[in-house]
Amino acid sequence: MGEKWNKGLLGWIDARFPLSKMWYEHLAEYYAPKNFNFWYYFGSLALLVLVMQIITGIWLTMNYKPDAALAFNSVEYIMRDVNWGWLIRYMHSTGASMFFIVVYLHMFRGLIYGSFKKPRELIWIFGMIIYVCLMAEAFMGYLLPWGQMSYWGAQVIISLFGAIPGIGDSLALWIRGDFVIADATLNRFFAFHVIAVPIVLLALVVLHILALHEVGSNNPDGVEIKKNKNEKGIPLDGIPFHPYYTVKDIVGVVVFLIIFSIIVFFMPEMGGWFLERDNFIPADPLKTPEHIVPLWYFTPFYAILRAVPDKFMGVVAMGGAIFALFLLPWLDRSPVKSIRYRGRSYKIAITVFVISFIALGYLGTQPATPVLTNFARLFSVLYFGFFVSLLIIPKFEKTRPVPDRVTS
Amino acid sequence: MKKILLIVLLALAPASVLAAAGPGVILEKANIDPTNKQSLQRGARIFVNYCLSCHSAALMRYERMGNDLGIDEKLVSENLMFTGGKVGELMTVATAADDAKEWFGTVPPDLSVIARARGVDWLYTYMRSFYRDDSRHTGTNNLVFPDVGMPNVLWELQGIQEPVITTVKDHADGTEHKVVKLELVEPGLQSPKEFDRTVRDLVNFLDYMGEPAKYERRHLGTKVLIFLLVLLVLAVLLKREYWKDIH
Repeated sequence: MGEKWNKGLLGWIDARFPLSKMWYEHLAEYYAPKNFNFWYYFGSLALLVLVMQIITGIWLTMNYKPDAALAFNSVEYIMRDVNWGWLIRYMHSTGASMFFIVVYLHMFRGLIYGSFKKPRELIWIFGMIIYVCLMAEAFMGYLLPWGQMSYWGAQVIISLFGAIPGIGDSLALWIRGDFVIADATLNRFFAFHVIAVPIVLLALVVLHILALHEVGSNNPDGVEIKKNKNEKGIPLDGIPFHPYYTVKDIVGVVVFLIIFSIIVFFMPEMGGWFLERDNFIPADPLKTPEHIVPLWYFTPFYAILRAVPDKFMGVVAMGGAIFALFLLPWLDRSPVKSIRYRGRSYKIAITVFVISFIALGYLGTQPATPVLTNFARLFSVLYFGFFVSLLIIPKFEKTRPVPDRVTS
Repeated sequence: MKKILLIVLLALAPASVLAAAGPGVILEKANIDPTNKQSLQRGARIFVNYCLSCHSAALMRYERMGNDLGIDEKLVSENLMFTGGKVGELMTVATAADDAKEWFGTVPPDLSVIARARGVDWLYTYMRSFYRDDSRHTGTNNLVFPDVGMPNVLWELQGIQEPVITTVKDHADGTEHKVVKLELVEPGLQSPKEFDRTVRDLVNFLDYMGEPAKYERRHLGTKVLIFLLVLLVLAVLLKREYWKDIH
């Protein structure tokens, strides 16, 4: 493949670095199934948002002050006195929420088309680690504006570590670096948010994509396109990622940017969902807000935490809710990947799972009244029930025959 | 009964009706118009005259306010800056925090982003919900923010209100609700209607101050969206051209 380019500057580089090789392997001669649908936009969009968060983040750090006495005002300084500061800040705050929307949709795609199944278990695991890192990144980033919700949200989450028997209190103290959330906490969260976690995230994204390109992309039919190749060894149902999916993803990117811009320019608070009202009050360790709500993308797990009467068991349940997703490739043993060819029982299970997740997300934003807590318990049971049902369903499920080739 | 300024329903209210008010209060719509420069200018004048002596707006610069609201730099420094200084300065207050604490029981919060924290409807209702309460050290209390440390600084304009409590039976389930109305017992310099406008102007200004870039943001957003829609057409055409031969 390098033959075409072995002259001139590129030839000089190719003799020293696999530039053309990488270009062909990952773009121009990476064969992706030709039947990608709507759900396949969210991988490239996640990458776009990641880049956007890093770039806006770099510019924010140029004026942000990670100091408990200065942090709140420095954010407002960015909003007022820094040229284009308001735009950069809103892009970053909106980007955080949009990142989760995109990632949740990306994960949902993997779920319905069985993209986590053999031979793509490691892609799924890398993806799950990315998701967990993203939660850590978002959680620590949210402390930085040093508003009331930043402060008390962090207080609640860190106190969860205190529920661990024996070492809990010393662990929470070690994480905070002080007896309460304070300047020390802000400084270390800043370090993690701008350096440590982003480096890990970037490395994981590289691993995620390398693993994907090793085995090839799944598709809405759950058919392995590499099983049917022509005489040159090119999958019959495959098309080169570039230019076909690059031009297609540009459409996705523009549609995404339109939605993104509507939020950034016309509703940056998103009715309190992306920027909470209480976060416009500077952090005050002596005044607890009436109603502490984590940001929306954590609320499903927060609802599970509160649904369990015992605090430590609640923490275990919350961790289990995330950990269960890691096990997906080994829980669902049906040989059929795509939901298109699976039985009704599986479709019902996924529907119940999605409804439970959204319902828990809503309940996590509401005060824990007895009635709502009972609902949270019901949906928590359904959430975990989904994973149990995956073990049982393939035993009696009537799947439809999977075609040899992709359907268009 | 045109003297009635405010009707507030209290969902749950045993003996200490007024003290329990807080969260149960129905907020009235502020109906501000952020594009109305005159309203914003009037609001700025009320703000520097009545609020800025105790509350700071330490994230806001006089100069920015003048530029955004169309007030001449000279007018700003002559009419809106009482303590001298340069127009590029922040809107801070001279009151020492310790003094304020002694006078009001608490340090008056900075008002730079108060509209984003409380919301305009809350501010609008709050500023019009003060009533006479001789048990308080300020002589006034507030329905929206019970036992607030702040006195009714606009009393001169508004006049003095007193609460009238009546009990209303809910026909649906037979429970009784206390309804508190505030009645104007001593008229102020402004009629109730004029006073509503004054508060609306002030809230409009507070809302502007919460996010001075808001107008610019919306203005730029329209242009960005037009650009993206054109780009979308081109992107779709490009995609179709490339995908013509894929079946």
